[in-house]
Amino acid sequence: MSSSVVVPKPAHDPQAQRRAIYLVAFATFLGAAAQILMKSGTNYALQHPGLMGLLTDIPLIAGYALYGVMTVLIVVAFKDGELSVLYPIIALSYVWVTALSFVIFHDSLKAVKLIGLALIISGVGVIGRGSKS
Amino acid sequence: MTSTPFSSILLVFLGSLIGSIGMVFLKKASANLHKGFIHIINLNAFIGVVLFLLSSVFYLKGISQGQLSVLYPMVSMSYVWALLWAKLFFHERFTTQKLLGLGLVLVGVVFVGFGS
Repeated sequence: MSSSVVVPKPAHDPQAQRRAIYLVAFATFLGAAAQILMKSGTNYALQHPGLMGLLTDIPLIAGYALYGVMTVLIVVAFKDGELSVLYPIIALSYVWVTALSFVIFHDSLKAVKLIGLALIISGVGVIGRGSKS
Repeated sequence: MTSTPFSSILLVFLGSLIGSIGMVFLKKASANLHKGFIHIINLNAFIGVVLFLLSSVFYLKGISQGQLSVLYPMVSMSYVWALLWAKLFFHERFTTQKLLGLGLVLVGVVFVGFGS
């Protein structure tokens, strides 16, 4: 049975919402990378003041571009999922920022923070799981 | 250890409110996508992005002074607002999983704030 008719997806198709959850999770990773880039970009701007410094500030420009991509992905994800499900997923950015800061800047990690990140991940997991039914 | 000035708390509070309203506009904007990807450019998306940028200005100004253990949980108040807006504007239901999951996220953010 093949049909060329495109059936529009219902507003809250569980499978589409699942994809939307992964898309937001990925978008928050880009957002975290953007934050890291902006941090390096700010250091560069301090060493190279003036307009030329700003125009050649590749990390800062890349950071803003990534933020733009993140926003587009979030809007695309919002099409297929509930706001009340997708919005809290953005809390994953705490996890990515910590992970990237640890890997790139060798920032120290406190146990309290790790517990917090574990709670955030489990919370996102519970919300994601609830969206299946 | 310094205390957190009231102005910082107010800025972060307003930031969370503005950011969550921005997300409502981005959600409204997403309804246009079924007409084609180019329709991602619309007034709702524009308002959403402006509010989103405005909220980050409030956050950056707010968290520049004061304790992150107080201010981070304030930032995550935006998740609570968003849940309310979702019910109010999009008639989404409060479910046990959403509330439990959000509770875990909020407690997690409090811990992250203490560890930062």
